[in-house]
Amino acid sequence: MSIFELDNPMLDVPKPRVVERTTGAERVFTFLSSASAMVTLIIVGATLGFLIHDGWPAIRQTGLVNFLTSSSWVADAGIYGVGGLLIGTVLIAFIALSCAVPLSLGMALFINEYAPKRIRFVLVGAVDLLAALPSLIYGIWGLYALSGQASKIARWLSDHAGAIPLFRLTRPDAQLVSSGFIGGVVVAMMITPIITSVARDVMNQVPRELCEGALALGSTKWGMVRTVILPFGRGGIVGASLLGFGRALGETVAVAIIVSFSYKANSHVLERGAGSIASLIFTKFGEAKQGERGGLMAAGLALFVMTFAVSFVARKIVANSEKKAGIV
Amino acid sequence: MSSATDVSTQMNIDSGLTADDPRLDIPRNLGGSQLQNLDGLLLPIVSGIAVSLLARFVLDWDGLMSTVVVAVIAAMAFVWVGTRERSGSLVATNSVVTALVWLSGTVAIGAIVWMLVFVIEKGSKRFGLSYFTHDMAKVGPLDPGGGVLHSIVGTLEQVGIAATFSIPISVLTAVYLHEIRGRISTVVRFIVNAMTGLPSIVSGLVVYALWVSGHGYSGAAAAAALTILMIPTVTRTAEEILRTIPDHYREGALALGAQRWRVVVKVVLPAARSGLITATILGVARAIGETAPVRLTALGTQAFNGNPFKDPQSNLTTFVWDQVRSGNAVQIERAWTGAMVLVVMVLVLFTAARFVSSRGSSSKGR
Repeated sequence: MSIFELDNPMLDVPKPRVVERTTGAERVFTFLSSASAMVTLIIVGATLGFLIHDGWPAIRQTGLVNFLTSSSWVADAGIYGVGGLLIGTVLIAFIALSCAVPLSLGMALFINEYAPKRIRFVLVGAVDLLAALPSLIYGIWGLYALSGQASKIARWLSDHAGAIPLFRLTRPDAQLVSSGFIGGVVVAMMITPIITSVARDVMNQVPRELCEGALALGSTKWGMVRTVILPFGRGGIVGASLLGFGRALGETVAVAIIVSFSYKANSHVLERGAGSIASLIFTKFGEAKQGERGGLMAAGLALFVMTFAVSFVARKIVANSEKKAGIV
Repeated sequence: MSSATDVSTQMNIDSGLTADDPRLDIPRNLGGSQLQNLDGLLLPIVSGIAVSLLARFVLDWDGLMSTVVVAVIAAMAFVWVGTRERSGSLVATNSVVTALVWLSGTVAIGAIVWMLVFVIEKGSKRFGLSYFTHDMAKVGPLDPGGGVLHSIVGTLEQVGIAATFSIPISVLTAVYLHEIRGRISTVVRFIVNAMTGLPSIVSGLVVYALWVSGHGYSGAAAAAALTILMIPTVTRTAEEILRTIPDHYREGALALGAQRWRVVVKVVLPAARSGLITATILGVARAIGETAPVRLTALGTQAFNGNPFKDPQSNLTTFVWDQVRSGNAVQIERAWTGAMVLVVMVLVLFTAARFVSSRGSSSKGR
């Protein structure tokens, strides 16, 4: 065992006699856990392999550039373009992120710094519960409860913030339900717990002396948060947001229930109609024929690559910022 | 040297003080507990609501939510102006941020309460014993009866199979990552971390390509998809829990001459037991709520199918989805009750997880 490697010449002691027996049980144990660890690698490999195997013919048929840029999906002609859906996916995720990041940062600060100690336990539980509730529940709640209220906010936004291109309407009597905006707001509720919990972990790593120092120098609580906690946790917060973004990209059922599906990217986010790759796969897969299933596999491949890359980068950023926090 | 009133007005305008600024010698009232006394908050909140209601009637707005939003913004403005008047802009900003932080906490809690109340209120309408003893085999879309027996059985079987495979694999992977720390542990850890963000629909696609396209829909295929989804989440939490077990537990056992597998089995895992149980319960709770992968692999049926290895099988989530999509009032009511059953299952598991973890931490402190 490595801790017994005392073969340093400076140590003028007789080398301890290590009796190392590798028994059968030890071998079985090591084998089992290594095999389990391999399972994860095999799953990722199989995912990539099967998606490429089943999806590549559809991509070749459409042409890679067409596949990624066009937004025409004609199953009978074998044309599968997900360009519009890629933009739609990112757009919904972006709406979700812009609602969820302020909310999550507020929530993380609330739990860590502001809330009375007694209710902290309740708050952590509530955030965990938000993460545990199924996306289907979010979906039907969004459709039947939130949608009515949110469409009024959408009306208000289009009336008063129409200067922002995203909030413009194509015509004044456009329908404001089943929109990318409402889908994004619901997805925001779903990614809030993950951003909150990662941001909390990072904020918890700020050395308490720095915070107390700031307060002792006469800073207000917000001054302390702004000059100590936020700069210290910046990397972690960015990583947490990216993590939430990755989740939002892959969100399926809630988006499929709430948003009225369209292949084209809809830059009028308040209006009815938007699309995401996950909801395309979910809604079309059941009645699709063999050829179209290939196209859906290709779309799944695009989604997988996108979310995997985002999660990977996000985890890397979070891990780096935690490592940095460990050194300070 | 200017007079004291001069200084305080200057400070309001200019907050960019340098360390050697003579003005710093004068103690500054930070009014630390501005928000703790209710008087400081009550006036701005009342006036914010008043402004919002006024605007609503004068400008003819519609909707509760926009009124609330405007009331909040107006109240914030009043908080800022009010505090600035008394204690300067630094304190005023602090008060506004404090209010905003409290607000975001309220929004999150409010949303969860709204969701739970809404689901339970809608779902209790059809709740009753017959809902659990019937399936949908001979029930027309508009018939009053029908239930979720077939779906509950499907959910239990699929999640049960998934848990049987994923929990040992996840715990062993976590042991590999933290106790054995073998050659591939860095790679595996990164893959596991990235896999926690795997869209659930992709796991359904993979199982479809691998198995369902050749052998047909089945509950076991859904279980496979759920296994793929559960492994990364449970592994990640389990590794985090192993990390909290102090090293001297292991060192003590090793020093007594125990082999590594004995250290893990007799010392580390028992010490981590409550945390591991919590992790697995939460993993199961997540699997119960998955819709998309189950839809692609088990499809869902109207009739009872107790055999998870053959033919399509229902699941609570696919049941709710089918009933919601049908669009008529009777079926949507049925869907709400299904959703309520789902939420209650998740809540029970969640509470159990909390209970186990709180018991575990209290016994550790002993």
